[in-house]
Amino acid sequence: MKRFRKISRTHFMLGNHAIVEGAIAAGCRYFAGYPITPASEISEIMSRRMPEVGGRFIQMEDEMGSIFSVIGASLAGAKAMTATASAGFNYMQEGIGLAVTIEAPCVIVDVPRTRQDIQPTEADIMQMKWGASGDYEIICLVASSVQEAFDLTIEAFNFAEQYRNPVVLISEANISHMRGRVEISEQNKIKLVNRKPAKGPPEEYLPFRAGENGVPAMSRFGEGFRVLYTHNPHDERGHILDVESDPNGYEKFYDRICGKITRDADKIARFETRFLDDADLAIVSYGTESTSALESVIRARSEGIKAAYVKLTTVWPVPEKLLKEVTEKVKKIIVPEMNMGKYVNEIRRISCGEAHVVPLCKNNGKMHSPDEILERIRSESR
Amino acid sequence: MKPHPNVKFLRKGVLPHKFCLGCGCGQVLNYLLYAMQELNLDMNKVVLLGGVGCNSRIPVYLNADAIHGTHGRTLALATGIRLTNPELKVIVITGDGDCFSIGTNHFVQAARRNLDVTVILINNGIFGMTGGQAAPTTPIGSRTSTSPRGSVENVFDMCKLAEAAGATYVSRWTTAHNRSAIRSIKKGIEHKGFSFVEIVSQCPTYFGRYVLKISTEKPLEHLL
Repeated sequence: MKRFRKISRTHFMLGNHAIVEGAIAAGCRYFAGYPITPASEISEIMSRRMPEVGGRFIQMEDEMGSIFSVIGASLAGAKAMTATASAGFNYMQEGIGLAVTIEAPCVIVDVPRTRQDIQPTEADIMQMKWGASGDYEIICLVASSVQEAFDLTIEAFNFAEQYRNPVVLISEANISHMRGRVEISEQNKIKLVNRKPAKGPPEEYLPFRAGENGVPAMSRFGEGFRVLYTHNPHDERGHILDVESDPNGYEKFYDRICGKITRDADKIARFETRFLDDADLAIVSYGTESTSALESVIRARSEGIKAAYVKLTTVWPVPEKLLKEVTEKVKKIIVPEMNMGKYVNEIRRISCGEAHVVPLCKNNGKMHSPDEILERIRSESR
Repeated sequence: MKPHPNVKFLRKGVLPHKFCLGCGCGQVLNYLLYAMQELNLDMNKVVLLGGVGCNSRIPVYLNADAIHGTHGRTLALATGIRLTNPELKVIVITGDGDCFSIGTNHFVQAARRNLDVTVILINNGIFGMTGGQAAPTTPIGSRTSTSPRGSVENVFDMCKLAEAAGATYVSRWTTAHNRSAIRSIKKGIEHKGFSFVEIVSQCPTYFGRYVLKISTEKPLEHLL
């Protein structure tokens, strides 16, 4: 890492390396991981970088070990992260369920990939939100370039700390294994968010009382607040709810842990639109597909087709306000995805028949080329 | 009336506990209180971890930072806590199903690393909370709700496993050996490195009913 001694400059960097530097810039000081291609470089680089910045690195026995030790580190006061790929993300669902319930901020990097050939895929896009048991909300961001891999890792930590919720960052296999230009600004110019600390006498502290925006202030283990974190639904004191004696307790609990995210969905929504004002047709995409989508939209415009480009960076919670606006403006929406057609159904749900929503599916480990999307734009606009 | 000197270790507002009549978990909770009292532990620097199972509810009743409720993952949680803040005393309270059925790998790996935590295992030889199913600790031939013709599998010797994995303090008592169990818990908490205290316990409700076929009045007899 010696050649990167001065971090704040322009680099030509591996996607996975950009994620590590983003995490360190965000204040991550605990990393636990388990080897899996194509996320392994994150562990490898972390194992060198964490000791350099006074953090802790550990290679755990499996992905469950990784996510649970990250939760432990988070409750002990560290900003903590783990990284895995599709199959490893399956195992982490259990930990995500706990982190959501006890409101432990943490970041999980997923590098979705196909089996066998380790190609990029978007087949896991629904699992990010619907994988664990119980009612919950998740924040999920998708990077579409190496620069974004850096920027969004910081954003992921900020959201995790602000909302006391696990945040998933998707860096598809081709972003993680791509080398690209990354500009890293001076540390003091990077905006960081930290969890709101618990204050006051411990005997008066209610660890799960909704604070600002429904998010409770958080103590660290060992500060004397003596908090009980239970996976079971709990009241403001953290005590396990008894549905017999408090019939509304469960609803109040789930309403708070889900509501703090859903109420702020528009603030969490990160997206980019181009040529939307006069468009008849829009391409809605996320992740690497958006690079082809942009190229195809620019070419379609040069042919006189009024196409628009909509890129979703936040995929969960669904940016409903933006998508509603898009469906009202255009007649047709094409959704290119590297799967058999998944996120397109969220857009159909929001469109409610206002615009005709067309899936453009491909699941062979390759992203759509601009030509493929352009061809579809031409046929749909005829 | 003067309160019992150990009451200060109990969390306010969570009692009465949910353990069955004659269950060993209440005894182990009591042993733990005595160990804390005798060691004069600073409860602000203690983190208690429980997974899922009857035994894993013990941290709910103790007045310290605690996590409760994920089956078998306590030692992974302990790893993150211990590495982030080495000042904390991390005590894991677990059962034979929690630690040696679903959580075996985390246990073995934490022992291999000689992670500085104390594991107190309450071994009642059966899955109690879920209704008396066979566990990896159920004696061969025992009839349980999932081994109606008698369990045919070999039994885990967890102290041997802990020792082989690299635990640096290993001890085994039963709930019938109260002073010895308390002494071992104290040694375990004070030990620097991975310490493992197994307390063989009774489950009158299920082990007693299915395996011993005895009433709940004499729960401790089979241990002696």
